[in-house]
Amino acid sequence: MTTLLCADPDEAVAGVRDGSTVLVGGFGMAGMPVALIDALIRQGATDLTVVSNNAGNGDTGLAALLAAGRVRKVVCSFPRQADSWVFDGLYRQGRVELELVPQGTLAERMRAAGAGIGAFYCPTGAGTPLAEGKETREIDGRSHVLEYPLRGDVALIGAYRADRMGNLVYRKTARNFGPVMATAATTVVAQVREVVDVGALDPEAVVTPGLYVDRVVEVGS
Amino acid sequence: MSTHALVAGVLAGPADLDAVPMTAPGPLDKHAMAALVARDIPAGSFVNLGIGQPTLVAEHLPADSGVVLHTENGMLNMGPAAVGDEVDPDLTNAGKIPVTELPGAAYFHHADSFAMMRGGHLDVCVLGAFQVSARGDLANWHTGAPDAIPAVGGAMDLATGARQVFVMMTLFAKDGTSKLVPACTYPLTGLACVSRLYTDHAVFDLGPDGAVLRETFGCSARALVERLGRG
Repeated sequence: MTTLLCADPDEAVAGVRDGSTVLVGGFGMAGMPVALIDALIRQGATDLTVVSNNAGNGDTGLAALLAAGRVRKVVCSFPRQADSWVFDGLYRQGRVELELVPQGTLAERMRAAGAGIGAFYCPTGAGTPLAEGKETREIDGRSHVLEYPLRGDVALIGAYRADRMGNLVYRKTARNFGPVMATAATTVVAQVREVVDVGALDPEAVVTPGLYVDRVVEVGS
Repeated sequence: MSTHALVAGVLAGPADLDAVPMTAPGPLDKHAMAALVARDIPAGSFVNLGIGQPTLVAEHLPADSGVVLHTENGMLNMGPAAVGDEVDPDLTNAGKIPVTELPGAAYFHHADSFAMMRGGHLDVCVLGAFQVSARGDLANWHTGAPDAIPAVGGAMDLATGARQVFVMMTLFAKDGTSKLVPACTYPLTGLACVSRLYTDHAVFDLGPDGAVLRETFGCSARALVERLGRG
């Protein structure tokens, strides 16, 4: 489907339903789609499952969505940080559920979802509490854990530039989860610093082809 | 074998404790430990340094070592921490600290970054730990305390994926008990994954038979074994 160029972040997140699984890009604040999250707070969808590496930093972005009481469950690898007070408080009060996933397994489960893989055996976490209750198999003399794909209804990601066809390029380590999440959700929304004309991006440098991207909104820097 | 049969369940050797060299006059501080780790990283290695003390190792790598640093948020050939105008919110390390890029740097997404780890393409990673077992089991992500919020990040992926896992930590906890143990009591990060343990009092090789003392700092091997036996 053709990528829709949105006028503002509110148009970009229109239609997100209660109970959705939302993949949120970023590693700490690098690549965090703050404008889209702020729009999602205004849009009002609630009872969300959020998949992201962290569980919010400070009081903006994902932390603000959590503080607004819209998140039922967080699937992440590293919730506890010096500035994760919003999540910490909600978790201690039993107001948000946590599924802790090793960082690489989190990325690979989304990659599997985007690549049409039914499940995969992964050595990470074998023999640890995070493998409890999961099927394991010995492969080449090593214990592996069966992991299932992780798919989103919506992905909110931050990229550097998009063209009008939705092709995306990223900048430095802000790339992080964006390219993987862009493959793994039904509706993929990218906030970018700049939208350029078709043909202005070097095809060799495009990281996320526009085929994956449903909506783009320019938010400036 | 002497001295409590070399501390049952932990120390497997060497048979001749008097042959273990004492290579520093006192216990090492974290900088000296980092320098020691840096000394043992082969030139040209691809290396991941864990959050916290292991990042100090970078300061001790010789300029001509050819060691390439990997940061799991998606970069190879990471440079030192950024200062002043160098700070760029789009360029951070795994600890979310602003860093710089060196010539020859490469960026990639998270699935690739962890495939790199799991696929055995990283030569060495250096991690901190709460506990390490003599056979190389690692516990470094969760104290298991009921009120603690667990966070694992990339620790399990690194422990499982890097070709060699080095740990640097203090040998004794604040209460004096050894953090090198027969079996970890904290929740595990990975099984039989640590090959070498750098501490303030000694360096150990870890393996299926147990820990082997390589060198000590500020005490004889015999005195250290006595202390481990008491712990």
